[in-house]
Parts: sequence; C-alpha cells; structure tokens
Amino acid sequence: MIETKTLPTSYVSQPGALKTSSGHTLRTDEMIINMGPQHPSTHGVLRLEIVVDGEIIVDVIPHIGYLHRCFEKHAEHMTNYQQVIPYCDRLDYCAAINEEHSYVLAVERLLKIEVPERVEYIRVIMAELQRIASHLIAVGTFGIDAGAFTPFLYAFHDRELILNLFEMTCGARLLYNYFWIGGLSHDIPPQFVDKAKEFCTYFKPRIKEFNDLLTFNEIFIKRTANVGVLPKDVAINWACSGPMLRGSGINWDLRRDDPYSVYHKLEWEPKVGKGEMGTVGDVFDRHIVRMREMEESVRIIEQALAAIPAGNVQAAIPKRIRPDAGEIYARTETPRGELGFYIISDGTGTPFRVKGRAPTFVNLSVLPEISRGAMIADLVLIAGSVDIVLGQVDR
Amino acid sequence: MEAFQNLGFWGTLLVTVVLSALPMVFILLYALVTIYLEMKVAAHVQDRLAYMRTGWHGVLQPIADFIKLLQKEDIISVAADRKLFILAPYIVFIGTYGGYAAIPFSSIFIGANIDLGAFFIVAVSSLVVVGILMAGWASNNKWSIFGAVRSAAQMISYEVPTVLAMIVGVMITGSLNLQDVVKFQAGGIQDWVVFGGPLPLLQKLLISPFTIVTFLILFVASLAEVNRTPFDLPEAESELVQGFFTEYSGMRWALFYVAEYANMFLVSAVAVSFFLGGWGSPFGSALSGPIWGFFWFVMKGMVLIFLQIWLRWTLPRLRVDQLMYTSWKVLTPFLFVCILGVGLILVL
Amino acid sequence: MSAVTTYFNNIWLALSSIAIGMRITIKHLFVKSVTTQYPDAKLKMPERARNRLYVNIDDCIGCDQCAMACPVDCITIETIKSTPDQDLGTTSTGQKKKLHVSQFDIDIAKCCYCGLCVPPCPTDCIVMTDVYEFSEFDRRNLIYNFSIMTPQDIEQAGQKLKKAEEEAAAKKAVAAAGAAAAKAAAAQAPSQAPPAAPAPAGGTQTQPPSTPASDAPGQAGKP
Repeated sequence: MIETKTLPTSYVSQPGALKTSSGHTLRTDEMIINMGPQHPSTHGVLRLEIVVDGEIIVDVIPHIGYLHRCFEKHAEHMTNYQQVIPYCDRLDYCAAINEEHSYVLAVERLLKIEVPERVEYIRVIMAELQRIASHLIAVGTFGIDAGAFTPFLYAFHDRELILNLFEMTCGARLLYNYFWIGGLSHDIPPQFVDKAKEFCTYFKPRIKEFNDLLTFNEIFIKRTANVGVLPKDVAINWACSGPMLRGSGINWDLRRDDPYSVYHKLEWEPKVGKGEMGTVGDVFDRHIVRMREMEESVRIIEQALAAIPAGNVQAAIPKRIRPDAGEIYARTETPRGELGFYIISDGTGTPFRVKGRAPTFVNLSVLPEISRGAMIADLVLIAGSVDIVLGQVDR
Repeated sequence: MEAFQNLGFWGTLLVTVVLSALPMVFILLYALVTIYLEMKVAAHVQDRLAYMRTGWHGVLQPIADFIKLLQKEDIISVAADRKLFILAPYIVFIGTYGGYAAIPFSSIFIGANIDLGAFFIVAVSSLVVVGILMAGWASNNKWSIFGAVRSAAQMISYEVPTVLAMIVGVMITGSLNLQDVVKFQAGGIQDWVVFGGPLPLLQKLLISPFTIVTFLILFVASLAEVNRTPFDLPEAESELVQGFFTEYSGMRWALFYVAEYANMFLVSAVAVSFFLGGWGSPFGSALSGPIWGFFWFVMKGMVLIFLQIWLRWTLPRLRVDQLMYTSWKVLTPFLFVCILGVGLILVL
Repeated sequence: MSAVTTYFNNIWLALSSIAIGMRITIKHLFVKSVTTQYPDAKLKMPERARNRLYVNIDDCIGCDQCAMACPVDCITIETIKSTPDQDLGTTSTGQKKKLHVSQFDIDIAKCCYCGLCVPPCPTDCIVMTDVYEFSEFDRRNLIYNFSIMTPQDIEQAGQKLKKAEEEAAAKKAVAAAGAAAAKAAAAQAPSQAPPAAPAPAGGTQTQPPSTPASDAPGQAGKP
C-alpha cells in the first residue's frame, strides 16, 4: 500500500500536534474514520480515510494501490503489440472496449496504417454499446449508494442484453480482445444489425422508466442537488474529464474536439450539465449527464447501424507489428473520461514503454476538494458520482 | 383474562405465563412469513426470482436461515463492552415485545386491558432507543456509534408525530384503551376512524380529510420508528455496513432482526387499531366473531406491512438532516392542524 | 417563489414522485421474472463462445505458434524431432507432421480466454469451445495435458533421435574428412590436370564413404 500512518496509541489531545497529509492541523474534537478497502459502497478496493467533525467532513485522504497489477511492466515484456490488448481490457473491466479502442488507436497511428471504413463503423457501434453498458453500472450502483436497490436490477437487466450482443460477435461477455491492431478479431455476424436495432428500440423507454423511478424522485433530488459541487475552474485545473467535466458545464468531448474514428460523420452532441435541480456541477448534474449520454449513444448506434459499409475487417491487419522508433500519445473518450496511451517504440516488436493515463485516477484526486464540508452520507454519493473503477485507478 | 380470576396464586401465574407467551408464538410465525414475503416481493419487483430451491418456491428458506443462525459461532470482539453487548439485543426485543401486551388481537384476547393502552405502548417502545444506543456503544466501533446515535435521534424525533396522530384517534374515540377504541369502530368499514368514525354524515365528511392525512402521517412516522427505508439511515447498508448492529452475528443478530419485524407489526397494529377498525370486520356484523376478528386484524396488519415492503424497494433514503426536517417541519405542523381541525369539528 | 409556496410545492413534488415510483415497482411485480434457473435450465451459448480451450492433438504439428502468441504463457510445448524413417502421418488439413509432440500442457487456470492462440495455428487444431462448467477441486487438475505420448514413447523417440543425430554427425565427420582429403589431393596436383581439376575433386568427393575411410587416417596425419 502507498503509505501507512501511525497515531499515538493513547490519544492525548494536543492541538496542533497531528497533521494530515494535506497540511490540515487536527483539532481535538475530530474523529478519523476509515472507510476501508472492504466496504459495501466504495466501488472496489479503495480506502478513504475521513477526518470528520460530527457528521461534517473536514478532510478525505484516499489511499489506492490495492488493485495494482503492473500493467505497464507487463506491456514491456510482451512479444508483440497484439498481446498487450487483453491487458488493456482489464484496466477498466466495466468498459473494456473503450480501453482497447484507445490502445489500438495509438498503435495504428504509430504504424501509420489506415483501417477500412467498415472497421471504423463497427468500432464506433461497439464503443457506444459499451458506453451504455458502463453507464448502466454507474447509475445503478449510484442508486444503491443512495439507498434505492431496485433501479440497479433494472439497469443490469438491460446490460445483459448488451452483453449478449457482444457475446454473439466475439464470444466474450466482459473482456473481449475484440479490437485488433488494424482491424477486428471477428466480423459482425449476420443477425447482429437486427438485434442491435431491436435493442435500441427496447432501450429508449427503459431510460425513461429509470428516470421516473430514480432520477426525478424528489428524495433523490434532495440528496444529490447542491452536493459535491465541482466548480468549472477546479475541474479544469485538476484535469477532470468525461462526465465529471461535462457535469460542471464545460462542453468538452474528445469525440468531437479531438476527433477519431468516424464520430465526425455522425450527428450527435455532447451532453452538458446545466444545474437543473441545484448548482451547476453538483452530483445530480453528473448523474443526469450520464443518463442523457446513454440516450445520445443510442442515437449514434442507430445512425451507425444504418451506415455500415461493406468490406473486410481483417484487410489491414499487419503481419508483423514493428513500428519505427518513436513515441505517440493517443486519447479517446471513455465512459469515465479521457483515456490516453503514451507508447514509446524502440523499433522492435515489443513496446519499450506503454503508459496508460487513467481518467478515474485523475478524477479521484479531486475528491478531497469537493467533499470538504459535506456529510458522510454525501461523501458516499460524491465518490459514487466520480464513477471510479479501481482497476483503472491502480492499473 | 377475566374468566380466570379465582385460580389461586399458582394458577394465575401459570395462566399469565402461557398467555404472555402467545404473542411470542405469533411473532415467530409472523416473522417467518414476513421474511419470506419481503424477499419474494423484493425479488419480483426487481424482475427476478428469490428463493426457489428449499421447498416449493423456497417456503422453507426462513426455517433454514433460522437453523443456520442457531449454529453460528458467537463472536464478541475483545474490545467490546461485554455486558452491554450481550444485554442490548434483549433490551431492544423487550422494548418491542412489551408493547404487544396492550394490542387487541381479537375481541377475547388482549394481554393487558389497561385504560392507558396507547400511552403504555409508546412508553415501552422507547426502551428500544436505549437498547440501540447500548448496542452501538458496546460494539466499540466508530461506524456502530454513528448508526446508534443517528437512530436514537431519529426514533425520538419521530415519536412526536406518532403520539400526535394517536391523539387524533383518541379525540374521536374517547379512550386510550385500545380494546375500547376498536369496539368503538365495530360497525363496519364506514365506522372506521380513517373515514371519520361513527359520526353523523356531515361531521364525517368534514373530519375525513383530517383523519386520512393523520393516518398517512402515522404510517410515515411508523416507518421511521422501525428504521425502514426511506428512513433507514441508521442501518444504511451502503455507508455503515449495518449500522449499529455491525458487530453482531449469529443468534444475537437474529434477535435484532426479529425485533425489527416485531416492531414493524407493532406499529402497524397500533395504526390498524386506531384508524382501520382493529379486529372489526369491514362488513359490520357479517363475518365477525372472535376467530374472524383475529383473522381481520392480522390481514389488515399484513396490508400495512406489504405497503412498508413496497416502499422500501422503491425509494432512496433520506439524509439525517432531511429526516429531521421531515419530522419537525412537515409532519408535526400538519398534525397540529389536523388536531385543531378534528377538535373544532367534534366540538361544534 | 415565497417560502410558503416552496414548502408546499416540495411536499407536493415529493408525494407525486413517490407515487410515480411506486406505480413502476408495482407494475414490475406482475411482470414475469427474467431469471434462468441454473442448473435446471441453462442458457444456450452462441456459436462463437470463447470458453475452455481444446486441442486436437492429432492435428498438431508442434510449431509452437500458439505458445508464443499467448500473453500469459499458459501453453507449454515440448517437441522431439522425428527421423526421416518415421512416418507421423498428415494432419486433416494436409500438412505432413515432422515433430513428435511430447508435451502440450495448457494451464487453464492461467488462461485469460483472449483467443490469441487460435488464429496463428496453421492446422486449426486449437479451438475455444463453449464448455464453461469445468471447476475442479484440486488446482493441479486444471493443467490439461493434451499430448498422447506415453513416457515410453517419449523415451523411444528421444533415443531414435539421438541415434539418428549421432549417425548424421558421424556421416558429417566422414564427409568433412573426405572433402578435406579431396581438397588436399586437388592442392597437390593442380598443374597435372587444371581443367579437369574440378571433376576429380568432385569425383573424389562423391566416392563412396568406404574409400576415404582408408585414406582418412593417412590424410588426417598430414599437417
């Protein structure tokens, strides 16, 4: 683990004697509580050390590293670039396709190869389906944090249908190894287009039902409005991305502002929080941004399904992946934010360095800033609204 | 009870013990049924099946759970305050069970036919607060203390709406003795206090809005008394693991659990007795009698329990300050208005 | 909005949104549940399902491509070269097998089910099946041994190979000595038959092995 703190065994109140890592001096009537690595509501193994005065939070110190699996070290020891893709899957296991997309984009740019149009369209469809699946987990577990157990089950019912689509295409439900450098591992089966259209028609009323049950429930609104407000300047200074950034009112989406694949050929728009129920940038805004992004993803999928060109998805896959020596940084918009891969190649078939810039790692670092002054019940919601997946935080 | 007056000391003692154990038997059977009902309703609301393998559709599951809990290891942490830790579940259960003494299950059975029935119930169920604080403190766990203190604050503040709502019922029926309250509404569904009681039609029409609102408020306050969603912050699973009974396992936990269900039925029973006619049949004299009375009483109680379960699986939970706000600034003022309204209409 | 209106508005919003939520949940109470009661009822796997690995060892030519492609190194392959007189047969795709596969172990506990081993196989002998119920009580049972060679087979093949290698080494040594002798002979008489030099040199080299054997000791003695 990253650091250990030792407190005196018999606590004698000494004003000014104890300092937290953020420099605050502990006053004598404060309590240090541990929301430990095993906890029903920290989404994964995250330890939050909370300095609390009654119910009001004075400081939060997140401790991470419980799920560090040496992704970058593994990447340096693979025999070729293709073998790194299963490891990329396992970074953010809730949105594996988006992780793969970022990595293959980086390697394809390094190799300077163009993939067929069909591959790009299918990649967009899969990425948006995965975005819906990932947001369903995010809003479902967010409901559980707030105390509503039922919307989680409804969200997972819909997620099962998406995973069935993936299983039909590449054989796996969660960790796909589907995007290959230069193409895809399998072409979509003949029944995929119809089944995907069916899903889109089925899913739109389900979003509305979910909103009626949870999002516009007055109790939920009262719990989430004006809580955990992330001001615009703080969001930009702390390099937040994804729904956290857009929830604070900043209209920045990498699919439009740093375009990749065929997003520029489809009609869609990023969703931004407007402070409908409280302040701009509160927890409710991030939640509603995720709900609206799901609707927008359905729109993208329907357009892409109608426009897939014919082609061979394996035409551009190189026999030997040996990029010239050089470096590249490529980024995509995953459901949790900007995921970037910085790859240094030394001219051989093995990467010299692969660094993953995890969006949740950066987003999590803003947690202490936005939760000072909130209550413990609010902290659970704020941590849930950051939408962390510890696999991506710790890599 | 009146029939057993001249049995001598030992006879009376034996009869007393047997009769006081009857609600315990009822509670155990009812708890088994309600645990099953809660899980099944929760499952079907969420489009899934719950227990299916123990017995037909899992009806034997609560018994299996009970046997499992019996044989669990009794873990008491070394740093816990042992005496208080062991005593706490009993106090919570006694606080709940004591209230059963004054509930009229049927026309022939009421544990103690005292003239202060409702007051007695409210007083004895305050013991639960003491038990919860003991459990939270004795666990020597910061999260348990959080849950216990929140729970104590919640229960104490929601006793005010509960008592005020009962006052409305008392004003209309004229007695604190629950048996008399129920007998007062014995004329069938139109005589129930929630529809105004057995009063002339004009008064009834004027009083009904107040009594309906009072009944709803009593129901909401009773949810808070029992720590059920949307007021289950003390045992908020996603924050505090299990709140004040985090450290309890095995049979001690089972005692808390049964006490929670017993409390659910207790508050439902009070609401039913005051507002829904108790053991009186909705059809007046048809389908009434001692056994029928028991049946109607349990049915009405189960309807309210179903409502509690339904709400639990629909709503998110309120935060502690919002809970307090609801109690003091919403429920209590509305009840004052209702008391004023009912009083005026009864007097005029 | 004045405070009083907000107050009553909040209460009204709370009650109405709660009622809407309750309506949704009670509707779902009467919808058929979506649970599949495993293990009594099992879901049908799609045809591309990627679950347990299977190797058709009769088709394996021991090329080691799958072991090299695996990102977690869960495949261990050991091969023994076969001698020309052994006929290992052909695979179902028509390739001649030249290697005995003495060990083909897949540690399915390490396998990450990525499917990277399937495309490189030239004979399509390693496939991902749709079997997903393969739990074991002992972890050692999760190392699947696909090779069908018994220890005696391996011993035999190993010895055959050793013998063949020794013979080949001896042959090579003799041929090398013969070539050296021929070279020496050609060096000794370059003026005698210049145009025909290549022919006798070549002819000396193609002489049957027996002849240089008698010459070898003599020639080898030459510095």
